[in-house]
Amino acid sequence: MATERFLLPDVGEGLTEADILQWHVAPGDTVEVNQIIVEIETAKAAVELPAPFAGVVGALLVSVGQTVPVGAPIIEIETVSLDALPSDSAPALLVGYGPRDTSLHRRRRVAPAPVLTVVPAGPAPVLAKPPVRKLAKALGVDLVDVAGSGPGGVVTRLDVEAAATSSGVSAPSGAPSAVEERVPVRGLVRHMAAAMSLSVSTIPHVTVLLTIDMSATMELRERVNARPEFADARTSPLSFVARAALLALRRHPLLNSVWCDDPQEIVLRPAVNLGIAAATERGLIVPNIKDAAQLSLLELSTALRALAATARAGRSTPADLRDGTFTISNIGVFGVDAGTPIITPGESAILAFGAVRRQPWVITASDGSEAIEPRWVTQLSLSFDHRHIDGQAGSRFLADIGATLTDPALALL
Amino acid sequence: MIQLLDADGVRRDHPDYPLSISDGELRELYRDLVLVRRIDTEATALQRQGELGLWASLAGQEGAQIGAGRALRSQDYVFPTYREHGVAWCRDIDPVHILELFRGVSLAGGWDPSAHNMNLYTLVIGSQTLHSVGFAMGVVRDGMVGSGDTAADTAVLACFGDGATSQGDTNEAFVWAAASNLPVVFFCQNNQWAISEPVEKQSRVPLYQRAAGFGFPGVRVDGNDVLACLAVTRRALDDARSGQGPTLIEAYTYRMEAHTTSDDPTRYRNADEVARWAARDPIDRLRKHLDSRGLLDARFLDSVGEQSEQLAVRLRAATRAMPEPDPLSAFDHVYAEQTAELAQQRGQMREFLDSLEEVG
Repeated sequence: MATERFLLPDVGEGLTEADILQWHVAPGDTVEVNQIIVEIETAKAAVELPAPFAGVVGALLVSVGQTVPVGAPIIEIETVSLDALPSDSAPALLVGYGPRDTSLHRRRRVAPAPVLTVVPAGPAPVLAKPPVRKLAKALGVDLVDVAGSGPGGVVTRLDVEAAATSSGVSAPSGAPSAVEERVPVRGLVRHMAAAMSLSVSTIPHVTVLLTIDMSATMELRERVNARPEFADARTSPLSFVARAALLALRRHPLLNSVWCDDPQEIVLRPAVNLGIAAATERGLIVPNIKDAAQLSLLELSTALRALAATARAGRSTPADLRDGTFTISNIGVFGVDAGTPIITPGESAILAFGAVRRQPWVITASDGSEAIEPRWVTQLSLSFDHRHIDGQAGSRFLADIGATLTDPALALL
Repeated sequence: MIQLLDADGVRRDHPDYPLSISDGELRELYRDLVLVRRIDTEATALQRQGELGLWASLAGQEGAQIGAGRALRSQDYVFPTYREHGVAWCRDIDPVHILELFRGVSLAGGWDPSAHNMNLYTLVIGSQTLHSVGFAMGVVRDGMVGSGDTAADTAVLACFGDGATSQGDTNEAFVWAAASNLPVVFFCQNNQWAISEPVEKQSRVPLYQRAAGFGFPGVRVDGNDVLACLAVTRRALDDARSGQGPTLIEAYTYRMEAHTTSDDPTRYRNADEVARWAARDPIDRLRKHLDSRGLLDARFLDSVGEQSEQLAVRLRAATRAMPEPDPLSAFDHVYAEQTAELAQQRGQMREFLDSLEEVG
């Protein structure tokens, strides 16, 4: 048995760091050579890394969400076969570790410092799981000073607590929750912050709201979902809102344009790449369905499901996220009714679809008599870029969507 | 497009490219295809593990490379790109030498070109087409073309990709090869993508049709059909050796993986396209054909599988055991004979190295 550490490689010529997206193994798992163990995200792409050693996972040295410098150890594997290793015990030369890593330079000039003493090796990195590290930080314990009692020398929670007591480091009297937590901004959150700030600071937003009775669409949806071809692709109310918006965009192409500053012009897009704002574990992303206006309801419904599943699994590709032209945000799934959505940079408008609720609605019969009935009611909120879309154009577009959802037979016209 | 084996593995005949091939030869082609793919997947994994600086995958192009490589005679000479792992395999070059290059520990360039009749990998796009033409001029002056001696007459195989057809070097090579009627076979693997540039943005005509303008024949072959690539290349090499001049072969194929491990193809091509080409996989196709002829018994498959795993284990161990090169050896391979200037530089490098001391 030997403990091998896998150092984060530079998988793309000149990268210096990567974010850990997902571990596919846990301590105690047996891994084979080339089995995918972790997914990382570099500045270039999301990449899966295969295990370089066969054996049993000893410890994961970095956690999901952590940004790790190239060359840092990320996993320990207890190897079971010595045959798989080079015969000498010296670590093999690793080449994929980027241009900035100096630890591989094993020589230094003699001349400037002729009296050269042995350079002390730095402290060995300490093995401890992230919650234990957090506890150590909260208790003011330096993990380097703690002897680990866990398997493979891993520092445990008990070790940290014992160290805190024996060294006289007084634990804060209050609960650890009194400690202010600082979360580094990285990855998607950083991207979201930049995109939203850019949008709000450059685009004069205006938002219009419309409340509609979409009972006819909800009835249509039941009939559609009963059809055999929709058995595996049941439509959601969002499918119909998307379809209505796509039809309206054909009549109002300005809403599918983008303002260009230099030279000042309005770029009308030939196709609608329909973005759907998706909340994922890693943060907000807006993948889009390419040329969505060409899709039938069945195709659109299928595409929406696939898009959501891909986004939730964290597998949206850069291509999925690029070149969107119009966005829908399905805020109703969170139980809210309306909002003032922020336009995705590079687009001109965003539609928020609120919760669909049973609510009282005034129905006017053909003889003019009025009654109040419970109906499926929802709110649509549209933000648009007021530089080139005025209140009339934006309002007519929203009213168009509302009309189709109120009476879906209008789609036939 | 010339095809002798369709996507379902059904054998077709073509009047211009008859191919008689034994069951044993078919099986050996299959073995070649599987083994070179195994080299490729292992090398990709080694790059992801930090053992190689870079890797250029040949996945999807095995049929084109093995077909062309197995059409060569021992006296023929190859000028490759940096992706010719399958052709190198046919030239008996140990893949370990290729991994040395991609690990950056081979200052001699990988292997002895004259021992294998295959020049070193060339990273500059298209420049090897000029080298091949120059080499072919030498072949002609040595009287090794059209002599009728099948063991002496020599052809030159110039490998390049669709992107290289946009390079000046390649077009100059076409001009010289045509004007001097040189024994060169220009073997273009059109894998559809010059990194992120699709071939349709580079040419208004199919690439093989360009040959007509230079004055020599051009032919498009299904690059995922190893039998068609073998037959078409064999005939072009025969023509070259017998003094009938150059041929341009466009092997129509697809790069299934990224351009190199540093590239992310999802940024410029869609999954549908990749899936369409996956259905035309060169190995699947030959497997279906062998199966339909009852040539896929368990013993054969086991032997291929075992050989492939042994190869992977050997490559992995050899890669990890590769010694660091002697920095001074960089000076040994610039010219056949050392020049005074290089000798001086070598001395300066030696002095510099002597001023350093091991600390780790």
